[in-house]
Amino acid sequence: MKRKIIVAILIFFCFLLQSTVFQAIAFNGIVPNLLIVLTAAFGFMRNEKEGLVIGFFCGLICDIFFGDVIGFYALVMMYIGFFNGKFSGIFYPEDIKLPMALIIVSDLSYCMICYICMFLLRGKLDFPYYFLHIILPEVVYTTVITLLLYPLILFINVRLENGGKRGTQ
Amino acid sequence: MSPIVRRKGERFTLPGKYLLFILTILCTGMMLMTFSTDIFNKPLNTIVGYVVVPFQRGISSVGSWISKRSEELVQIRALLEENAELKRQVDELTVENTQLQQEKYELNTLRELFDLDSEYADYEKVGARIIARDSGNWYHSFTIDKGSDDGLAVDMNVIADGGLVGRIIAVGPNWAKVVSIISDNSNVSGQILATGDKLIVSGDLEMMQSGLIRFSQLLDSAGVVVEGDKIVTSDISDKYLPNILIGYTKDITLDSNKLTKSGTVTPAVDFEHLDEVLIILELKQTVEE
Repeated sequence: MKRKIIVAILIFFCFLLQSTVFQAIAFNGIVPNLLIVLTAAFGFMRNEKEGLVIGFFCGLICDIFFGDVIGFYALVMMYIGFFNGKFSGIFYPEDIKLPMALIIVSDLSYCMICYICMFLLRGKLDFPYYFLHIILPEVVYTTVITLLLYPLILFINVRLENGGKRGTQ
Repeated sequence: MSPIVRRKGERFTLPGKYLLFILTILCTGMMLMTFSTDIFNKPLNTIVGYVVVPFQRGISSVGSWISKRSEELVQIRALLEENAELKRQVDELTVENTQLQQEKYELNTLRELFDLDSEYADYEKVGARIIARDSGNWYHSFTIDKGSDDGLAVDMNVIADGGLVGRIIAVGPNWAKVVSIISDNSNVSGQILATGDKLIVSGDLEMMQSGLIRFSQLLDSAGVVVEGDKIVTSDISDKYLPNILIGYTKDITLDSNKLTKSGTVTPAVDFEHLDEVLIILELKQTVEE
Protein backbone atom coordinates (compact mmCIF):
# COMPACT_ATOMS: atom_id res chain seq x y z
CA MET A 1 0.00 0.00 0.00
CA LYS A 2 2.80 2.37 0.99
CA ARG A 3 4.57 1.44 -2.22
CA LYS A 4 1.51 2.24 -4.32
CA ILE A 5 1.08 5.65 -2.76
CA ILE A 6 4.73 6.55 -3.23
CA VAL A 7 4.71 5.41 -6.86
CA ALA A 8 1.52 7.38 -7.49
CA ILE A 9 3.14 10.50 -6.04
CA LEU A 10 6.20 9.92 -8.25
CA ILE A 11 4.06 9.69 -11.40
CA PHE A 12 2.19 12.78 -10.34
CA PHE A 13 5.35 14.83 -9.78
CA CYS A 14 7.03 13.68 -12.95
CA PHE A 15 3.97 14.71 -14.97
CA LEU A 16 3.77 18.06 -13.20
CA LEU A 17 7.46 18.74 -13.78
CA GLN A 18 7.24 17.74 -17.40
CA SER A 19 4.23 19.93 -18.17
CA THR A 20 5.30 23.03 -16.22
CA VAL A 21 8.88 23.39 -15.03
CA PHE A 22 10.57 21.61 -17.92
CA GLN A 23 8.55 23.61 -20.43
CA ALA A 24 10.20 26.70 -19.03
CA ILE A 25 13.74 25.31 -19.35
CA ALA A 26 13.21 23.45 -22.62
CA PHE A 27 16.11 23.66 -25.09
CA ASN A 28 14.78 24.68 -28.46
CA GLY A 29 11.27 23.66 -27.49
CA ILE A 30 12.17 20.05 -26.68
CA VAL A 31 11.26 18.62 -23.29
CA PRO A 32 12.68 15.40 -21.82
CA ASN A 33 10.36 12.49 -21.21
CA LEU A 34 10.42 11.87 -17.46
CA LEU A 35 7.47 9.51 -17.51
CA ILE A 36 9.27 7.08 -19.78
CA VAL A 37 12.26 7.07 -17.43
CA LEU A 38 9.92 6.27 -14.56
CA THR A 39 8.06 3.56 -16.44
CA ALA A 40 11.18 1.87 -17.77
CA ALA A 41 13.01 2.10 -14.44
CA PHE A 42 10.22 0.49 -12.45
CA GLY A 43 9.82 -2.09 -15.21
CA PHE A 44 13.35 -3.44 -15.01
CA MET A 45 13.80 -2.81 -11.29
CA ARG A 46 10.67 -4.67 -10.29
CA ASN A 47 8.82 -6.83 -12.79
CA GLU A 48 6.66 -6.84 -15.90
CA LYS A 49 3.45 -6.32 -14.02
CA GLU A 50 4.55 -3.26 -12.11
CA GLY A 51 6.10 -1.81 -15.27
CA LEU A 52 2.94 -2.16 -17.25
CA VAL A 53 0.67 -0.76 -14.55
CA ILE A 54 2.90 2.29 -14.04
CA GLY A 55 3.18 2.73 -17.81
CA PHE A 56 -0.58 2.56 -18.14
CA PHE A 57 -1.19 5.31 -15.61
CA CYS A 58 1.65 7.51 -16.92
CA GLY A 59 0.18 7.23 -20.40
CA LEU A 60 -3.37 7.80 -19.23
CA ILE A 61 -2.54 11.08 -17.49
CA CYS A 62 -0.88 12.32 -20.73
CA ASP A 63 -3.91 11.18 -22.71
CA ILE A 64 -6.37 13.07 -20.55
CA PHE A 65 -4.46 16.32 -20.69
CA PHE A 66 -2.84 16.34 -24.09
CA GLY A 67 -3.90 13.31 -26.09
CA ASP A 68 -6.07 13.24 -29.16
CA VAL A 69 -7.61 9.88 -28.33
CA ILE A 70 -7.79 8.54 -24.82
CA GLY A 71 -5.84 5.31 -24.52
CA PHE A 72 -3.12 5.80 -27.15
CA TYR A 73 -0.25 6.92 -24.93
CA ALA A 74 -1.51 4.56 -22.22
CA LEU A 75 -1.19 1.63 -24.61
CA VAL A 76 2.29 2.58 -25.83
CA MET A 77 3.65 3.28 -22.35
CA MET A 78 2.10 0.10 -21.01
CA TYR A 79 3.95 -2.05 -23.54
CA ILE A 80 7.20 -0.19 -22.86
CA GLY A 81 6.82 -0.92 -19.15
CA PHE A 82 6.03 -4.55 -19.88
CA PHE A 83 9.02 -5.15 -22.14
CA ASN A 84 11.35 -3.43 -19.69
CA GLY A 85 10.03 -5.83 -17.07
CA LYS A 86 11.43 -8.69 -19.17
CA PHE A 87 14.90 -7.49 -18.19
CA SER A 88 14.27 -7.50 -14.45
CA GLY A 89 16.04 -10.88 -14.25
CA ILE A 90 19.40 -9.49 -15.40
CA PHE A 91 19.16 -6.17 -13.55
CA TYR A 92 21.71 -5.32 -10.87
CA PRO A 93 21.49 -2.01 -9.00
CA GLU A 94 25.26 -1.44 -9.22
CA ASP A 95 25.29 -1.55 -13.01
CA ILE A 96 24.34 1.67 -14.81
CA LYS A 97 24.90 0.43 -18.39
CA LEU A 98 21.81 -1.76 -18.73
CA PRO A 99 19.39 0.84 -17.26
CA MET A 100 20.79 3.58 -19.51
CA ALA A 101 20.61 1.38 -22.59
CA LEU A 102 17.07 0.29 -21.77
CA ILE A 103 15.85 3.84 -21.17
CA ILE A 104 17.42 5.07 -24.41
CA VAL A 105 15.88 2.22 -26.39
CA SER A 106 12.52 2.79 -24.67
CA ASP A 107 12.45 6.50 -25.47
CA LEU A 108 13.60 5.87 -29.03
CA SER A 109 10.90 3.30 -29.63
CA TYR A 110 8.30 5.53 -27.98
CA CYS A 111 9.21 8.38 -30.34
CA MET A 112 9.20 6.06 -33.34
CA ILE A 113 5.74 4.76 -32.48
CA CYS A 114 4.50 8.32 -32.01
CA TYR A 115 5.97 9.34 -35.36
CA ILE A 116 4.56 6.36 -37.21
CA CYS A 117 1.08 6.52 -35.71
CA MET A 118 0.59 10.28 -35.61
CA PHE A 119 2.66 11.63 -38.50
CA LEU A 120 3.55 8.95 -41.02
CA LEU A 121 -0.05 7.82 -41.28
CA ARG A 122 -1.07 11.40 -42.04
CA GLY A 123 1.34 11.51 -44.96
CA LYS A 124 4.18 13.42 -43.31
CA LEU A 125 7.05 11.54 -44.88
CA ASP A 126 10.05 13.70 -44.05
CA PHE A 127 11.46 11.24 -41.52
CA PRO A 128 15.05 12.62 -41.44
CA TYR A 129 13.74 16.01 -40.38
CA TYR A 130 11.60 14.64 -37.57
CA PHE A 131 14.37 12.33 -36.46
CA LEU A 132 16.98 15.09 -36.25
CA HIS A 133 14.77 17.82 -34.82
CA ILE A 134 12.39 16.00 -32.50
CA ILE A 135 13.36 12.41 -31.80
CA LEU A 136 17.12 12.75 -31.38
CA PRO A 137 17.03 15.87 -29.14
CA GLU A 138 14.36 14.26 -26.98
CA VAL A 139 16.38 11.07 -26.57
CA VAL A 140 19.59 12.96 -25.75
CA TYR A 141 17.82 15.27 -23.32
CA THR A 142 16.03 12.34 -21.68
CA THR A 143 19.35 10.51 -21.32
CA VAL A 144 20.89 13.50 -19.57
CA ILE A 145 17.91 13.78 -17.23
CA THR A 146 18.10 10.04 -16.58
CA LEU A 147 21.57 10.51 -15.08
CA LEU A 148 19.96 12.73 -12.45
CA LEU A 149 16.59 11.05 -12.04
CA TYR A 150 17.61 7.40 -12.15
CA PRO A 151 19.71 7.38 -8.92
CA LEU A 152 16.74 8.96 -7.15
CA ILE A 153 14.32 6.31 -8.42
CA LEU A 154 16.83 3.59 -7.54
CA PHE A 155 17.21 5.00 -4.04
CA ILE A 156 13.45 5.15 -3.52
CA ASN A 157 13.07 1.59 -4.80
CA VAL A 158 15.83 0.25 -2.54
CA ARG A 159 14.28 1.97 0.46
CA LEU A 160 10.86 0.57 -0.42
CA GLU A 161 12.20 -2.96 -0.86
CA ASN A 162 14.08 -2.86 2.44
CA GLY A 163 11.05 -1.41 4.16
CA GLY A 164 8.87 -4.16 2.64
CA LYS A 165 11.18 -6.90 3.88
CA ARG A 166 11.28 -5.51 7.37
CA GLY A 167 7.50 -5.34 7.36
CA THR A 168 7.05 -9.02 6.51
CA GLN A 169 9.62 -10.35 8.96
CA MET B 1 -3.32 -25.76 -12.89
CA SER B 2 -4.39 -22.46 -14.31
CA PRO B 3 -2.33 -19.58 -12.89
CA ILE B 4 -5.35 -17.43 -12.21
CA VAL B 5 -7.29 -19.95 -10.17
CA ARG B 6 -7.33 -18.98 -6.54
CA ARG B 7 -6.20 -21.52 -4.00
CA LYS B 8 -7.16 -21.48 -0.41
CA GLY B 9 -4.83 -19.45 1.78
CA GLU B 10 -3.00 -18.04 -1.23
CA ARG B 11 -3.17 -14.38 -2.10
CA PHE B 12 -4.87 -13.73 -5.40
CA THR B 13 -2.42 -12.48 -8.02
CA LEU B 14 -2.95 -11.92 -11.69
CA PRO B 15 0.10 -12.70 -13.86
CA GLY B 16 1.55 -9.83 -15.86
CA LYS B 17 0.64 -11.10 -19.28
CA TYR B 18 -3.03 -11.51 -18.40
CA LEU B 19 -3.11 -7.99 -17.00
CA LEU B 20 -1.37 -6.75 -20.15
CA PHE B 21 -3.98 -8.46 -22.28
CA ILE B 22 -6.88 -7.01 -20.29
CA LEU B 23 -5.48 -3.48 -20.30
CA THR B 24 -4.68 -3.69 -24.02
CA ILE B 25 -8.32 -4.48 -24.71
CA LEU B 26 -9.35 -1.67 -22.37
CA CYS B 27 -7.10 0.86 -24.14
CA THR B 28 -8.20 -0.22 -27.60
CA GLY B 29 -11.79 0.00 -26.45
CA MET B 30 -11.26 3.49 -25.09
CA MET B 31 -9.57 4.61 -28.29
CA LEU B 32 -12.44 3.32 -30.40
CA MET B 33 -14.94 4.92 -28.03
CA THR B 34 -13.26 8.33 -28.20
CA PHE B 35 -13.53 8.30 -31.97
CA SER B 36 -17.30 7.99 -31.83
CA THR B 37 -18.36 9.49 -28.49
CA ASP B 38 -16.84 11.61 -25.74
CA ILE B 39 -18.20 9.50 -22.92
CA PHE B 40 -14.88 9.39 -20.99
CA ASN B 41 -14.07 13.05 -21.32
CA LYS B 42 -16.49 14.37 -18.76
CA PRO B 43 -15.68 12.16 -15.73
CA LEU B 44 -11.92 12.01 -16.44
CA ASN B 45 -11.69 15.74 -17.03
CA THR B 46 -13.50 16.39 -13.78
CA ILE B 47 -11.25 14.09 -11.76
CA VAL B 48 -7.96 15.45 -13.08
CA GLY B 49 -9.38 18.93 -12.76
CA TYR B 50 -9.52 18.54 -9.03
CA VAL B 51 -6.32 16.53 -8.57
CA VAL B 52 -3.71 17.88 -10.98
CA VAL B 53 -4.76 21.36 -12.02
CA PRO B 54 -4.31 23.07 -8.62
CA PHE B 55 -0.70 21.91 -8.55
CA GLN B 56 -0.02 23.02 -12.11
CA ARG B 57 -1.56 26.36 -11.30
CA GLY B 58 0.68 26.75 -8.26
CA ILE B 59 3.87 25.67 -10.00
CA SER B 60 3.30 27.85 -13.02
CA SER B 61 2.52 30.91 -10.93
CA VAL B 62 5.68 30.37 -8.86
CA GLY B 63 7.62 29.70 -12.06
CA SER B 64 6.38 32.81 -13.78
CA TRP B 65 7.12 34.86 -10.65
CA ILE B 66 10.72 33.62 -10.60
CA SER B 67 11.26 34.09 -14.31
CA LYS B 68 9.78 37.57 -14.12
CA ARG B 69 12.10 38.54 -11.24
CA SER B 70 15.18 37.24 -13.07
CA GLU B 71 14.12 39.01 -16.23
CA GLU B 72 13.69 42.21 -14.26
CA LEU B 73 17.28 42.07 -13.02
CA VAL B 74 18.61 41.52 -16.50
CA GLN B 75 16.53 44.23 -18.02
CA ILE B 76 17.08 47.10 -15.59
CA ARG B 77 19.92 48.67 -17.57
CA ALA B 78 18.19 48.28 -20.87
CA LEU B 79 15.07 49.74 -19.33
CA LEU B 80 16.85 52.89 -18.19
CA GLU B 81 17.99 53.64 -21.72
CA GLU B 82 14.62 52.69 -23.05
CA ASN B 83 12.95 54.99 -20.57
CA ALA B 84 14.74 58.06 -21.87
CA GLU B 85 13.91 57.07 -25.41
CA LEU B 86 10.29 56.45 -24.50
CA LYS B 87 9.88 59.80 -22.77
CA ARG B 88 10.86 61.48 -25.99
CA GLN B 89 8.41 59.30 -27.84
CA VAL B 90 5.61 60.10 -25.42
CA ASP B 91 5.75 63.73 -26.45
CA GLU B 92 5.56 62.82 -30.09
CA LEU B 93 2.79 60.35 -29.49
CA THR B 94 0.65 62.72 -27.48
CA VAL B 95 0.49 64.97 -30.46
CA GLU B 96 -0.21 62.02 -32.70
CA ASN B 97 -2.78 60.66 -30.30
CA THR B 98 -4.92 63.76 -30.37
CA GLN B 99 -4.89 63.55 -34.11
CA LEU B 100 -5.82 59.88 -34.05
CA GLN B 101 -8.61 60.40 -31.59
CA GLN B 102 -10.19 62.80 -33.97
CA GLU B 103 -9.80 60.26 -36.71
CA LYS B 104 -11.22 57.50 -34.50
CA TYR B 105 -14.27 59.57 -33.86
CA GLU B 106 -14.64 59.94 -37.56
CA LEU B 107 -14.11 56.21 -38.07
CA ASN B 108 -16.74 55.30 -35.51
CA THR B 109 -19.34 57.45 -37.16
CA LEU B 110 -18.41 55.98 -40.52
CA ARG B 111 -18.63 52.44 -39.13
CA GLU B 112 -22.04 53.02 -37.78
CA LEU B 113 -22.91 54.38 -41.13
CA PHE B 114 -21.75 51.23 -42.89
CA ASP B 115 -23.07 48.96 -40.16
CA LEU B 116 -19.72 47.21 -39.83
CA ASP B 117 -20.03 46.89 -36.10
CA SER B 118 -19.21 43.20 -35.88
CA GLU B 119 -15.47 43.33 -35.30
CA TYR B 120 -14.07 41.07 -32.65
CA ALA B 121 -13.44 43.98 -30.33
CA ASP B 122 -17.09 43.64 -29.46
CA TYR B 123 -17.16 39.96 -28.50
CA GLU B 124 -17.43 39.18 -24.82
CA LYS B 125 -14.06 37.82 -23.68
CA VAL B 126 -12.55 36.29 -20.57
CA GLY B 127 -8.86 36.20 -19.69
CA ALA B 128 -7.02 33.04 -18.62
CA ARG B 129 -3.50 32.02 -17.75
CA ILE B 130 -1.61 29.14 -19.33
CA ILE B 131 -0.73 26.64 -16.61
CA ALA B 132 0.78 23.70 -18.50
CA ARG B 133 2.04 22.81 -21.95
CA ASP B 134 1.95 19.61 -23.93
CA SER B 135 4.22 17.09 -22.22
CA GLY B 136 5.31 15.61 -25.54
CA ASN B 137 7.19 17.27 -28.34
CA TRP B 138 4.92 16.48 -31.28
CA TYR B 139 1.98 18.84 -30.91
CA HIS B 140 1.53 22.32 -29.52
CA SER B 141 -1.36 22.36 -27.09
CA PHE B 142 -1.67 23.78 -23.60
CA THR B 143 -4.05 23.95 -20.66
CA ILE B 144 -5.50 27.13 -19.19
CA ASP B 145 -6.82 27.79 -15.69
CA LYS B 146 -10.47 28.43 -16.57
CA GLY B 147 -13.09 25.85 -17.44
CA SER B 148 -16.77 25.18 -17.73
CA ASP B 149 -17.33 26.85 -14.33
CA ASP B 150 -16.28 30.12 -15.95
CA GLY B 151 -18.57 29.61 -18.90
CA LEU B 152 -16.08 28.09 -21.33
CA ALA B 153 -17.13 25.44 -23.82
CA VAL B 154 -15.55 23.32 -26.52
CA ASP B 155 -14.82 25.14 -29.81
CA MET B 156 -14.57 28.60 -28.27
CA ASN B 157 -11.88 30.70 -29.95
CA VAL B 158 -8.75 31.74 -28.08
CA ILE B 159 -6.90 34.94 -28.95
CA ALA B 160 -3.88 36.88 -27.66
CA ASP B 161 -2.06 40.01 -28.81
CA GLY B 162 -5.00 40.66 -31.12
CA GLY B 163 -4.35 37.49 -33.11
CA LEU B 164 -5.78 33.99 -33.21
CA VAL B 165 -4.16 31.44 -30.88
CA GLY B 166 -6.40 28.43 -31.34
CA ARG B 167 -9.56 26.88 -30.03
CA ILE B 168 -10.69 24.91 -27.01
CA ILE B 169 -11.00 21.18 -27.65
CA ALA B 170 -11.77 19.88 -24.15
CA VAL B 171 -13.04 21.43 -20.94
CA GLY B 172 -13.00 20.35 -17.32
CA PRO B 173 -14.65 22.24 -14.48
CA ASN B 174 -11.59 24.41 -13.80
CA TRP B 175 -9.36 23.85 -16.82
CA ALA B 176 -9.54 23.70 -20.58
CA LYS B 177 -7.30 22.29 -23.28
CA VAL B 178 -6.42 24.57 -26.19
CA VAL B 179 -4.93 23.42 -29.48
CA SER B 180 -3.00 26.24 -31.10
CA ILE B 181 -3.07 26.98 -34.80
CA ILE B 182 0.65 26.17 -35.14
CA SER B 183 0.05 22.61 -33.92
CA ASP B 184 0.60 20.02 -36.62
CA ASN B 185 -2.93 18.66 -36.34
CA SER B 186 -4.65 22.01 -36.76
CA ASN B 187 -6.25 23.49 -39.87
CA VAL B 188 -7.99 26.85 -40.09
CA SER B 189 -10.01 28.22 -42.94
CA GLY B 190 -8.82 31.75 -43.61
CA GLN B 191 -9.02 34.50 -46.15
CA ILE B 192 -6.87 37.33 -47.42
CA LEU B 193 -8.33 40.44 -45.85
CA ALA B 194 -7.73 42.68 -48.83
CA THR B 195 -9.13 40.44 -51.55
CA GLY B 196 -11.35 37.95 -49.73
CA ASP B 197 -9.60 34.96 -51.36
CA LYS B 198 -10.06 31.82 -49.26
CA LEU B 199 -7.18 29.64 -48.12
CA ILE B 200 -6.33 26.95 -45.58
CA VAL B 201 -3.85 27.72 -42.80
CA SER B 202 -2.35 24.58 -41.30
CA GLY B 203 0.20 24.15 -38.53
CA ASP B 204 3.37 22.32 -39.38
CA LEU B 205 5.88 20.79 -36.99
CA GLU B 206 8.69 21.30 -39.49
CA MET B 207 8.11 25.05 -39.55
CA MET B 208 7.21 25.47 -35.89
CA GLN B 209 10.80 26.09 -34.88
CA SER B 210 11.17 28.89 -37.39
CA GLY B 211 7.97 30.41 -35.99
CA LEU B 212 5.99 30.09 -39.21
CA ILE B 213 2.89 28.26 -40.33
CA ARG B 214 1.86 27.03 -43.74
CA PHE B 215 -1.00 28.06 -45.97
CA SER B 216 -2.30 26.32 -49.03
CA GLN B 217 -5.12 26.23 -51.58
CA LEU B 218 -5.12 29.95 -52.18
CA LEU B 219 -7.00 30.58 -55.41
CA ASP B 220 -5.60 33.92 -56.36
CA SER B 221 -6.56 34.12 -60.00
CA ALA B 222 -6.01 37.85 -60.22
CA GLY B 223 -2.49 37.49 -58.80
CA VAL B 224 -2.81 40.45 -56.48
CA VAL B 225 -1.88 38.81 -53.17
CA VAL B 226 1.55 40.00 -52.13
CA GLU B 227 3.94 39.43 -49.26
CA GLY B 228 2.70 41.03 -46.04
CA ASP B 229 -1.01 40.76 -46.77
CA LYS B 230 -3.18 40.22 -43.72
CA ILE B 231 -4.80 36.80 -43.30
CA VAL B 232 -7.94 36.61 -41.16
CA THR B 233 -10.29 33.75 -40.32
CA SER B 234 -12.86 33.27 -43.03
CA ASP B 235 -16.60 33.47 -42.64
CA ILE B 236 -17.09 29.93 -43.95
CA SER B 237 -15.18 28.28 -41.09
CA ASP B 238 -17.52 26.38 -38.78
CA LYS B 239 -15.30 26.63 -35.69
CA TYR B 240 -13.70 30.05 -35.92
CA LEU B 241 -15.44 33.38 -35.76
CA PRO B 242 -14.88 35.55 -38.84
CA ASN B 243 -12.27 38.29 -39.21
CA ILE B 244 -9.87 37.34 -36.44
CA LEU B 245 -6.32 38.14 -37.48
CA ILE B 246 -4.20 35.03 -38.09
CA GLY B 247 -1.02 36.59 -39.46
CA TYR B 248 0.74 37.99 -42.48
CA THR B 249 1.78 36.21 -45.66
CA LYS B 250 5.53 35.69 -45.86
CA ASP B 251 6.24 34.02 -49.15
CA ILE B 252 3.91 32.79 -51.83
CA THR B 253 4.61 30.12 -54.41
CA LEU B 254 2.50 28.78 -57.24
CA ASP B 255 1.65 25.12 -56.77
CA SER B 256 2.61 22.59 -59.42
CA ASN B 257 -1.02 22.41 -60.52
CA LYS B 258 -0.68 26.06 -61.69
CA LEU B 259 -4.05 26.87 -60.12
CA THR B 260 -3.57 27.32 -56.41
CA LYS B 261 -0.87 29.00 -54.41
CA SER B 262 0.70 28.07 -51.12
CA GLY B 263 3.33 29.51 -48.84
CA THR B 264 4.07 30.56 -45.31
CA VAL B 265 2.41 32.84 -42.79
CA THR B 266 4.00 34.79 -39.96
CA PRO B 267 1.51 34.41 -37.10
CA ALA B 268 0.33 37.56 -35.35
CA VAL B 269 0.80 35.87 -31.98
CA ASP B 270 4.18 35.19 -30.39
CA PHE B 271 3.63 31.54 -29.45
CA GLU B 272 7.05 31.23 -27.79
CA HIS B 273 6.22 33.71 -25.07
CA LEU B 274 2.53 33.13 -24.68
CA ASP B 275 1.50 33.58 -21.07
CA GLU B 276 -2.03 34.88 -20.89
CA VAL B 277 -4.80 34.44 -23.43
CA LEU B 278 -8.31 35.71 -24.01
CA ILE B 279 -11.22 33.41 -24.74
CA ILE B 280 -14.10 34.70 -26.80
CA LEU B 281 -17.28 33.57 -25.05
CA GLU B 282 -19.18 33.28 -28.27
CA LEU B 283 -19.49 30.25 -30.48
CA LYS B 284 -19.68 30.36 -34.22
CA GLN B 285 -23.24 29.89 -35.27
CA THR B 286 -23.63 26.62 -37.11
CA VAL B 287 -26.50 25.02 -38.93
CA GLU B 288 -27.96 22.07 -37.04
CA GLU B 289 -28.17 18.99 -39.19
